[in-house]
Amino acid sequence: MGTLVRISGPVVVAGGMAGAKMYDVVKLGELGLTGEIIKIEEDRATIQVYEDTTGLKPGEKVETTGEPLSVELGPGLLTSIYDGIQRPLDGIAKQSGAFIARGVSVPALDHKKKWAFKPTVRIGAKVKRGDIIGTVQETEIIMHKIMAPQDGIIESIRPGSFTVDETIGTLKAHGGSVNLKMLQRWFVRKPRPYSEKLDPNIPLITGQRIVDMFFPIAKGGTACVPGPFGSGKTVTQHQFAKWSDTQIVVYIGCGERGNEMTEVLTEFPHLEDPRTKKPLMQRTVLIANTSNMPVAAREASVYTGVTIAEYYRDMGYDVALMADSTSRWAEAMREIGGRLEEMPGEEGYPAYLARRLAEFYERAGRVKCEGSEDRFGSITIIGAVSPPGGDINEPVSQNTLRVTKVFLALDASLAQRRHFPAFHWLRSYSLYTDTLDAWYSAVSSDWPTLRTEAMALLQKESELQEVVQLVGPDALPEKEQAVLNSTKMIREDFLQQSAYHEIDTFSSTKKQYLMLRNILRFHSRSISAVELGVQLKRILELPIREKIARMKEIPESKIDTLEALGAEIDGAFDMLGKKVS
Amino acid sequence: MKEYKTVTKIAGPLVFVSGVSDIGYNELVEITLPSGERKKGQVLDTQKGLAVVQLFGPTTGINTTETRIKFLGESMHLGVSTEMLGRVFNGLGEPRDSGPKIVPEQKLDINGAPINPYSRAEPRDFIQTGISTIDCMNTLVRGQKLPIFSGSGLPHNQLAVQIARQAKAVSKKAENFAVVFAAVGITHEEAAFFMRDFEKTGALERAVLFLNLADDPSVERLITPRLALTTAEYLAYEKDMQVLVIITDMTNYCEALREIAAAREEVPGRRGYPGYMYTDLASIYERAGCIKGKIGTVTQFSILTMPGDDITHPIADLTGYITEGQIVLGRDLHRKNIFPPVDVLPCLSRLMNLGIGKDRTREDHRGVADQLYAAYATGRDLRQLAAVVGEEALTDIDKIYLKFADEFENRFIRQGTHEDRTIEQTLTLGWDLLAMLPDSELKRVKKEFIEKYRKKKQ
Repeated sequence: MGTLVRISGPVVVAGGMAGAKMYDVVKLGELGLTGEIIKIEEDRATIQVYEDTTGLKPGEKVETTGEPLSVELGPGLLTSIYDGIQRPLDGIAKQSGAFIARGVSVPALDHKKKWAFKPTVRIGAKVKRGDIIGTVQETEIIMHKIMAPQDGIIESIRPGSFTVDETIGTLKAHGGSVNLKMLQRWFVRKPRPYSEKLDPNIPLITGQRIVDMFFPIAKGGTACVPGPFGSGKTVTQHQFAKWSDTQIVVYIGCGERGNEMTEVLTEFPHLEDPRTKKPLMQRTVLIANTSNMPVAAREASVYTGVTIAEYYRDMGYDVALMADSTSRWAEAMREIGGRLEEMPGEEGYPAYLARRLAEFYERAGRVKCEGSEDRFGSITIIGAVSPPGGDINEPVSQNTLRVTKVFLALDASLAQRRHFPAFHWLRSYSLYTDTLDAWYSAVSSDWPTLRTEAMALLQKESELQEVVQLVGPDALPEKEQAVLNSTKMIREDFLQQSAYHEIDTFSSTKKQYLMLRNILRFHSRSISAVELGVQLKRILELPIREKIARMKEIPESKIDTLEALGAEIDGAFDMLGKKVS
Repeated sequence: MKEYKTVTKIAGPLVFVSGVSDIGYNELVEITLPSGERKKGQVLDTQKGLAVVQLFGPTTGINTTETRIKFLGESMHLGVSTEMLGRVFNGLGEPRDSGPKIVPEQKLDINGAPINPYSRAEPRDFIQTGISTIDCMNTLVRGQKLPIFSGSGLPHNQLAVQIARQAKAVSKKAENFAVVFAAVGITHEEAAFFMRDFEKTGALERAVLFLNLADDPSVERLITPRLALTTAEYLAYEKDMQVLVIITDMTNYCEALREIAAAREEVPGRRGYPGYMYTDLASIYERAGCIKGKIGTVTQFSILTMPGDDITHPIADLTGYITEGQIVLGRDLHRKNIFPPVDVLPCLSRLMNLGIGKDRTREDHRGVADQLYAAYATGRDLRQLAAVVGEEALTDIDKIYLKFADEFENRFIRQGTHEDRTIEQTLTLGWDLLAMLPDSELKRVKKEFIEKYRKKKQ
C-alpha cells in the first residue's frame, strides 16, 4: 500500500500509509522484512524494522498486515527456541543455514504436526471464556490445556488427532457459531486477562541456599539481579531456570551472548528435573535474541516471552520467567528512541523507560485464572540488570528496584574471590520474607529464627571486620574471634554454592535447614565453650569442622547424616568440655 | 551504476548528495575528487532525492561543483581467497605489500550475518596457551572471544604474540591453523613488532594481516575489524581452518565510533560514546564461535587499553558484557617486574567449564583453580591488613596466606616470554603452592583429589 521514503538504520519512514494503525506489523521491500509502526504523522509512518535494513531503497513497497505484533499460542511451544518475534530458530536454520538471512518467514508453531486432543467438556456444556475444553499431552510432563476463546455453548467437540489449525469443535456464541481450534493468537503488548490477582504467599523454591533461606522469592513475585559483568548474572539465571519448582520456565536471552543460548540448548535436554526426573527442556521455552541480532527484535523479545508465560499461567501453571538482560532491552528502547529523535530522559534513555519497566514487571503475579472453575497460576519474573560499570545508580537499575520486591545484589569483589553465588548478603533484600514465613515454618518451625540469627551474625561480622582492619584479628577477645569463625563457616559452608558441582548445585529446603542448623549449633556451642574457658585454638582444631565444610557434598538421599551431625557436634564439644574440667 | 555531480553539503566526514534516486541503505560509494583522486564511502541515510554519504577518510579536496559520486549498488564486500594467507592489506582490504591483487574466490558482505544460536556448537576444545594464569585459571577454548584488558605501557603485545605462538589444541589430530591479525589505529612501531614476531616464528605464511595504522583515516577503523572477521569466517567455515583473530586496539575502534557519531550529531550516551556502542561492538565480538557440522572455528583475542586503567570505562565495560570473559593485566604486577602481569582476580573465562575436567584437561582442574583463586584473594586482602596492623598481629594461618600470595605471584604468575608450560606442569605447580596450606583450608577441592594429587609437606 505505501512506499519507503527514508531509510537510516533500523528505523525507516514510509509514505502513503494513510489508514495504517499504530503498532501494526508491516512487510517491507522485496525481501519482505518485518517491521512495526511506531509513529504516524499524516500519511507517513515511522517503522522499526526487526531485520537489517541494508540495501533498502526509497520507493520500495510497504504493506501492512493490519494487525499488531502477535504470537501464536498452542501446543508445540515447549522445547522450542524462538527469536525476538517468535520465529523458530531451528526453522530459520533449515531455510537459511547457520547464519540468519533476512526476510525469512517461518510460522512459530508446527502447523503440520498432529496432536492427540481429548475433550474435557461435553456437547451442550455452557462454557465461559478461559474454561478448559480439552487437553493435549504436549511433552511427557506437561498437559497442554485448550481454553475456550469466548463464552458460549459447546455445539460439537470431538477427540482425535488434529493439527493446530484444524477444527476440534464449534461453539455457539452471541455472534453465531465459532470454530474451535487449538491455535490462538495474542498481541504481545497487551497483557492476557485473568479474573483476580492474589497475594503471593508461596515461595518459589530455587534450590539456591542464599535465596531460599535469606532472600526468598514468592511464586508470582518479582526479583531483580543487578551486577557488573563477570559477577554471575547469567549463571544465576541459568540456575533459576534449572532448579525452580515451577512447571514451566520461559527463558529470554535478550541481547546477550550466542554461546550462552547454545549452552542452554545443549545442556537442558540432558539435565533432569529433580522433581519429575524428566529432561528440563520439556518444560522450557527459549527466546534468544542475541546481541548481534537486530535491535528492534530485541525490544520485542521481552513481550514475546511474557505473553507465552501468561498463556501457560492461564492454564493454571506456575511459570518462572527469566529475562537476561533487561538492560539490553532498555538500551534497545534507547536506540530506537534516539533514531526517532525523541527528547531523551536520563542518560539518553527515553522518558517512558520507567513506565515500560513497571508495566513489564506488573505482568508477573499469582492469579485466579479466567473461567468458571477455581484455577490458579502464577508468573514469577526474575530480571537480570547489567548496570554500566556495576554501579546501580543508573536509570535501569533504579527504576527496576522501584518495582521489584527482591533485590539480589551481585558483588564484584565476591565474584573475584570466587565466592559464588556472589550475592552480597548485607545489601540484598527480599520483601517477601514475612509473608513466606508461614510456609517455611512448615519445613521447620525454627526456620525464621535460624535465618534471623544467621543474619545477625553476618551483620555483627561486618562490624567486627572494621575493628580487625584497625587492630588486627589477634587483638579481639576470644569470644569475638569465635564469632568470626562462625560467620566464616556461614559464608563458606552455607552461602557458597557451586553451580558446577553435581550435588551442590541444588539443595532441598530440608537440606538447607539442616546445614544452617548445624552451623549455628556449632556456633552456640563454641561460644559457650569459650565462655567456660576453652581455648579457641582447641575449637578450631576440632575435626568436626571438616565434616561441616563437606555438608554441601552430601546427596539428598543421605540427608540423615546431616540430621545426625547435630548430635556429633554436641558430642565433640562435650568431649572438649570434659578435657578442660 | 549511477553517477552524480550533485554534492550540496559537506560536513565532517559526511557528504550530502541531492537529486539522487534509487539509492540503497549502506550502499558503497566511490567518490572522484576534482584532483582525480578516488575515495570510498557508504550511504548512511537515503531519502527521495537525497543521500547522505559517509566517507572513509578525510573530506579534504571535495567540492560541490566538480566532485563525482558513483553509487556502486551494493554494500561493502570483500573478495576472499586462500591466497590471502601470508599477505598484508591496508585497513580497506587493498594489498599493502608488493604482492599482486587477490583474485577472489568469493565476495562476502563484510558485515556478515548473525550466527543462528540454534546452529552454534558448544565451544569445548581446550586450547593450551602455555601460560599458567590462562590455562589453569581462565581457560581458553576454541570459538571463544576472550579480550585482553590492558593499560598504556603494559606488555599486552608481548602476551598476545606469546599466545599466538604457543596456542595449540591438545588433541593429536592434524589441523590447519591460521592467524588473522587486524591492527586498528596502532602505531607503526607496534605493527612492526607483531610482523617481526610472526616472521621469526614462521607464523606469517599462515597469517592474514590488515593494518590500519595511527595515521590512517579513522573511519577506516570501523571497517578493518570487519574485514578481518569476514576473512576469518571464510577460512574457518569454508576452508576448515582453526582461526585465531587478534584485533588490537579496540579502544581506537571505539574512539573512531565516537568521532563519527559526533560528526553525525547523534545524541551521545555515556562519556560521549554513542548509545548503540553495545550493539555495534556485539556485531564484532559475536563473530566468533563454532558451528555445528563445520570443522573450522573462529577464536577471538581482542586487545584494548583501558583509559586510566579504569575497568568501568564504557569501552572495557561494554566489551566485558559481550565477551566470554577477560584477561586483565595489572600495573602493580608489572611494576614488580612480573611477566605476564596477569591480575587473575578480575579475570574470567566463562567457557572454562566446558573445556576442562576429566578427559579434557584433568579431573582436579576446577578445584585447583578455585582453590588458588580463593587462597590468593585471601592473601591479597591480608596484605592490606598487614600494612596497617603489622604482620605480627596476624594469626598463624594468615601469615601462611600472606606467604602464599607472594609465592603465587613469583612462581605461578611469573614465567618467561618463551616458557611454554603444559597443563600438567601448570596443575602440578598449583598443587606445589597449595601444599603450603593445611588440608582443612582446601575446601574447594574434592577430598579424593587432595589425597590423589597433593604433595606431601617436606
